[in-house]
Amino acid sequence: MMRVALKGLVRRRTRAGLTSLAVVLGVAMISGTFVLTDTIQRAFTNVFDSAYAKTSVIVSARQVVRESAAHPTVPASMLEQVRSQPGVAAAAGSVGDTVRLIARDGTVIGGGNGEGIGFGIDPAQPRFSPIALTSGTWARGPREVVIDSGTAKEHHYAVGDVIAAKADGPVRRFTITGIGELGGATIGALTIAAFDVPTAQAVLNKPGRLDEIDIAARQGVTPAQLARRLTRALPPDTEIRTAGAQAREGAREVASSIGTVRTFLLVFGGIALFVGAFVIFNTISITVAQRARELATLRTLGASRRQVLRSVLLETLVIGVLASVIGLLAGLGIAKGLDALFAALGADLPQANMVLAGRTVAISVVTGTLVTILAGLIPAIRATRVPPISAVREGALPPPSRLAPARPYAAGAMIVLGVAGIADGVLAGGSASAVLAPMGAGTVLLFLGVALIARHLVRPLAALVGRPARSLGGAAGRLAAQNAVRNPGRTASTAAALMIGLALVTFVATLGAGMRHSFADSLNRQIRAGHVVSPSGNADAGVFPAAAGRAIAETPGVTVASSVRSDKARVLGATTDVFGVDPATIGRVYRFELRRGSGLRGLGTGAMVPDSYAEDHGLTIGSRLTLQTANGATRRIPVTATYKAAPVEGLISGIVIGQAAFDRTFPQPRNAYTFVAGTASTARLAGALAPFPDARLDTKAAWIANDQRELDKTLVLLYVLLALSVVVSLFGMVNTMILSVLERTRELGMLRAIGMSRRQARRMIRHESVITALIGAALGLPLGVLLAAIVTGGLADQGLGLHLPAGALLACTAVAALAGALAAIPPARRASRLDVLHALQYE
Amino acid sequence: MPAALPQRRLDPHEPPDGAPAPVRLAACDLSRSYGEGATAVAALRGVSVTVAEGELTAVMGPSGSGKSTLMHLLAGLDRPSAGEVWIDRTALSTLGDAELTRLRREHIGFVFQFFNLLPMLTAEENIRLPLELAGRTPPREWVDELIAAVGLGDRRRHRPSELSGGQQQRAAIARALVSRPTVVFADEPTGNLDSRAGGEILDLLRDSVSRYGQTTMMVTHDAHAAAIADRVLFLADGRIARDLGPSTAHTILDTLQEVTGR
Repeated sequence: MMRVALKGLVRRRTRAGLTSLAVVLGVAMISGTFVLTDTIQRAFTNVFDSAYAKTSVIVSARQVVRESAAHPTVPASMLEQVRSQPGVAAAAGSVGDTVRLIARDGTVIGGGNGEGIGFGIDPAQPRFSPIALTSGTWARGPREVVIDSGTAKEHHYAVGDVIAAKADGPVRRFTITGIGELGGATIGALTIAAFDVPTAQAVLNKPGRLDEIDIAARQGVTPAQLARRLTRALPPDTEIRTAGAQAREGAREVASSIGTVRTFLLVFGGIALFVGAFVIFNTISITVAQRARELATLRTLGASRRQVLRSVLLETLVIGVLASVIGLLAGLGIAKGLDALFAALGADLPQANMVLAGRTVAISVVTGTLVTILAGLIPAIRATRVPPISAVREGALPPPSRLAPARPYAAGAMIVLGVAGIADGVLAGGSASAVLAPMGAGTVLLFLGVALIARHLVRPLAALVGRPARSLGGAAGRLAAQNAVRNPGRTASTAAALMIGLALVTFVATLGAGMRHSFADSLNRQIRAGHVVSPSGNADAGVFPAAAGRAIAETPGVTVASSVRSDKARVLGATTDVFGVDPATIGRVYRFELRRGSGLRGLGTGAMVPDSYAEDHGLTIGSRLTLQTANGATRRIPVTATYKAAPVEGLISGIVIGQAAFDRTFPQPRNAYTFVAGTASTARLAGALAPFPDARLDTKAAWIANDQRELDKTLVLLYVLLALSVVVSLFGMVNTMILSVLERTRELGMLRAIGMSRRQARRMIRHESVITALIGAALGLPLGVLLAAIVTGGLADQGLGLHLPAGALLACTAVAALAGALAAIPPARRASRLDVLHALQYE
Repeated sequence: MPAALPQRRLDPHEPPDGAPAPVRLAACDLSRSYGEGATAVAALRGVSVTVAEGELTAVMGPSGSGKSTLMHLLAGLDRPSAGEVWIDRTALSTLGDAELTRLRREHIGFVFQFFNLLPMLTAEENIRLPLELAGRTPPREWVDELIAAVGLGDRRRHRPSELSGGQQQRAAIARALVSRPTVVFADEPTGNLDSRAGGEILDLLRDSVSRYGQTTMMVTHDAHAAAIADRVLFLADGRIARDLGPSTAHTILDTLQEVTGR
C-alpha cells in the first residue's frame, strides 16, 4: 500500500512539485529570517568580542538616563588614578560619539542616515582599540585620523589623503594616516573616524572627559578580582564592569532589537505558510476527487479505510518534507534578498558569513511538514469515504461532507468571532503583544470564515467579475465564465488563497492612506513656520547642534528662528522626553493647544506638561517635578501649564521647559527642530546651514512630504513582504488550473474537434483563471477595507481617519487580474497543445 | 472572420465536376503507420475512396481493421503517413493547425460515442456552441428547427446531466448539424446506447441525410446501424475489402464474416 502511494506520487511528480512550491516559499521566508538575524547577531558578537579581546575591565560613568543624547563621562584625571591601582597592567581612556565623515563633494558618507562614529585611540596603547589597522599608522595630533576600510574603498581614500569630518562643532580636515577595520565585520553603512584621544575630546566637545577607561589586568589577576578592587577605589557614580559582562550586555541589547525584526519577518513567513496551507488543501482535495476511481479500486481490492488514509497522508508527508528541505535552502537566498531589500530602503545591515543554525533547520523543516500534513488531513479523511462501488461507476465523486449543512453557521460564527477578536485587540491598548495577539487570531478566524462561506459567493461574484470575459472573450470567454462556477468549492478555495494576500495589502494601503492624511493634517496644524530645520538622517531620534539654530537666526531676512531643544531625563521614575523652547518666539512658529495654567508665559521658571501626562501622574498646576539628567544633575521645576499634545506625529510631546532652564540643566543641549519664519530664501537659509551637515532644511510642505516618504518606505517594505503570499497563491492558481485542464482533457479534445482554435483554448483558460483571481480580489479588497475600518475606528480618538486609497485598490485589482493571467500561462499552454485525437480518447 | 480556405483542384484522375452528385470527400492512397522502422505497425495501407454529396456511408470492419484510423484521417484529426485527403476540394495536407481548426468549424461535424456535451451548458447552448466558437450568431429559426427535428423542444434548457443518453446523443447530432458542415462524422454513435435509443439515433441520422442532403460518414460495428446506409465500406487489415451499396443487416453480417475470415 505504501509502495502504491509512493509510486503514484512519482507518477504525478509535476503536480507534487507544484504543490510543494506553495510550502517552499513560506518555509524559505522562515529559514531566511533566521539566517539573516543569526548572521546579524554573529556580526555584532564578532565586533563586541574583538573590541574587548584584550580588555579585562571597563570603567565608565553610571548611566542615569538611558537613550539620552548626552552620555555621562568621567574626568580624564581618573585614568591616572586607575593606572596607579595594583593589579592594573595597562589602562587607556577613550571618548566616542557621532562623528560624520564628509566626502569630497561635501555630502555626508554613511548610508541614508549618515551614520558614523568617531573615537580616540591612544597610539601608545593600541591593544584597547576596537579596530585593527590594515595599513598605515595610528593618528597622532590634531590633524590626523584613521578611517574604516569600507569608506576608504568605496570613496577612494588612501593613506595620505585629506578627509573632512565633523561632530557638534565646525567641519575639520584631517590627513588619513591609516585604514582600520572592526573585528571581522562591517556594520552596515557605519563610518569610523579614529583620532588620538585629545583630538577626539576636542572634536566631540568633551575636553578633559573620558567616556570609558579600558583596563588590562596584570597576569594572575582575574577581571572579577580587578573589578572588585576598582569598585572600592573609585567614586560611587562610576560603573565598573568586566569586559565579558560588557560584551554580553552589548550582545543582549542587540539580540532584543534583532528579536523585534525577527518576529516582524516571521509574521510574513507565517502568512505565506497560511496561504500555502490553502493551496495544499485545495490541490490535495482535487487530486483525491480525481483519483476517486483509483481509490475505490484499491478499496475493492481489499484496502481498508485506514490504509487509504495512510497512503494519502504519506503523500502529503513526502511533499511536506521535500518542500521544507528545499525551502530551508531557498532561505539562504531569501536572506540575501531581505538584506538587499533593507539596503534599498536605506537600512544597511551588518555583514558576516551566513549562519545556518541547527535551530533554523529544525524549525523550518518541522513547521513546513506540519503545515502540509495539517492541510492534507481533511482531504485525506474525505478520501477514505470513497465507496468501493465508485470503481465501476462513471464520474465517481467522494460523498459530500456530513458537516456540509453546518458550514454556513460555522463560517458565520468564525467571522463574528474574528471581527470581535480584532476589535478587542485594537481597543486593548497596552503592550504590542496584547494588541497584536487577539488581532492576529481574529484575522486568521475571519479569513477562515470567509473562505468557508466563499463557495456560496462564487456564483454571484463570478457573474459580476466575469462580465468582461463574457462580453469581450467571445465564445471562449463565455465558456470560461461558466467553467469558473462549475465547481464553486474549488474556485472558492483557490480564490481564498489570493484573497488573504490581497486583503492584507488592501489593509496596509487603507491604513497607510489614513495615516498619510492624519499625519499631514496634524503637522499642518502644528507647524506655523515657513521652514523647518531638523536633524539629517533619522528625524525621530536625532538632534543637531544648537549652533545651527543660531546661524539661522542671524541670517538676514529671518524674523523668527525658534529652536526646540530636546533630550531625555529621568522624571517620576521613567525616562521622559524633555523639550526646551523659547517662550518669547515659539508661539509664532508652532501651535500649542494650551489647556490650563499660565501657558507659555510661565515657562521662564516652570514646566508645561501634556494634559494626558498630568492626568496619568496626578499632576496639577503647582505640582513639582524633579528632572534628573544623564550626568546625574537634578532640577526641580513646578508645573505651570498643561497642553494637549498632537495625537499623531506630535513634534513636541513631553515635558516642555524654557530654553534657558534647559541649557542650564542638560549637559550638551542640542536642537530637535528650529522653526524659521521670515522672508529669507530657501537658498540663503541653506547657505547658512552649510557648515552643519547634521542639520537639514526644508520648507514646511517639503518637510511634511518627506515625513510621508518615510511612511511610504514602510508601506513599500510591507507590500514587498506581502507579495510573497500573493506569489504563493499564484502557484495555487496554476495548480488548480492545470488539474482542471487535466480533468477536462476529453472535453477540450471535443471542443477542438468542433472548431475551437488553439487561441480560443488558451483564451478560455486565461479568462477562467482571471475570473478566479478577480473573485479573490472581490473577497479580499472589501475584507482589507473592513479590517482597516475596524482599526481606524478603534483609533479614531488618535485622529486616524478612514481614507479609501482608490489608486491602491485599482492597483490591487489589476495585480489580481495580472496574477490570474500569469497563472494561466502553463495550463493554457497545456490546453492548447493537446493532441485532439489523444484527448478524445482520454479516459 | 476567416478568409476563404485555399481551394485545390481535385486530383485529375477523379471524376470531373458535373458528375451526378459532386464529390464532397475524397481520399487517395491513404496510409498510416504507427511507430518507427522495424517496429512500425501499419494501420491503414493505401485506401482510396470518394464520397458524394448526400451520401450516408457506413464503415465497418473488425477491431484493428483501421476503420477508426480512416475516419480520423478523413476528418483531419490525424495526419496520414502517405496519401491525401480532400474535403470539398481542399487538400488537408496543405493546412496548418489554425486552418484545420477553421476547416473543422465550417466543413465538419462530429458525433461521438460518449456524446461529449459540455456539462455546464444547456442542450441548446451545446447545440449553438460550434457557431459561437466561429464567432457567428446562430440563426434563431435554424436552431429552433434543429431542436425540433431532434425532438428536444421541451428539453432545450436542460443540462446534459438532466438528459437521458439518447437525448444527449440527439443534442450532439443537432450540434454536428448546426454549422451545415460538408461532412458529418459519427464515431459509433449508438455504441453507448440501448437498442431503442440507438434506433432513434439511426433514424435521426438517416433523416438528416434525406432532409438536408447531409453527407455523413459513420463508423460502426453494429450491422443494424450499417443497414441504414447508402453504402457500406468493409475494412480489413488496413485495406478496403468490400464496397457495397445499400444492404440488409443479414448481408452485412455475412460480408463481415467473410472479410474477417480471410
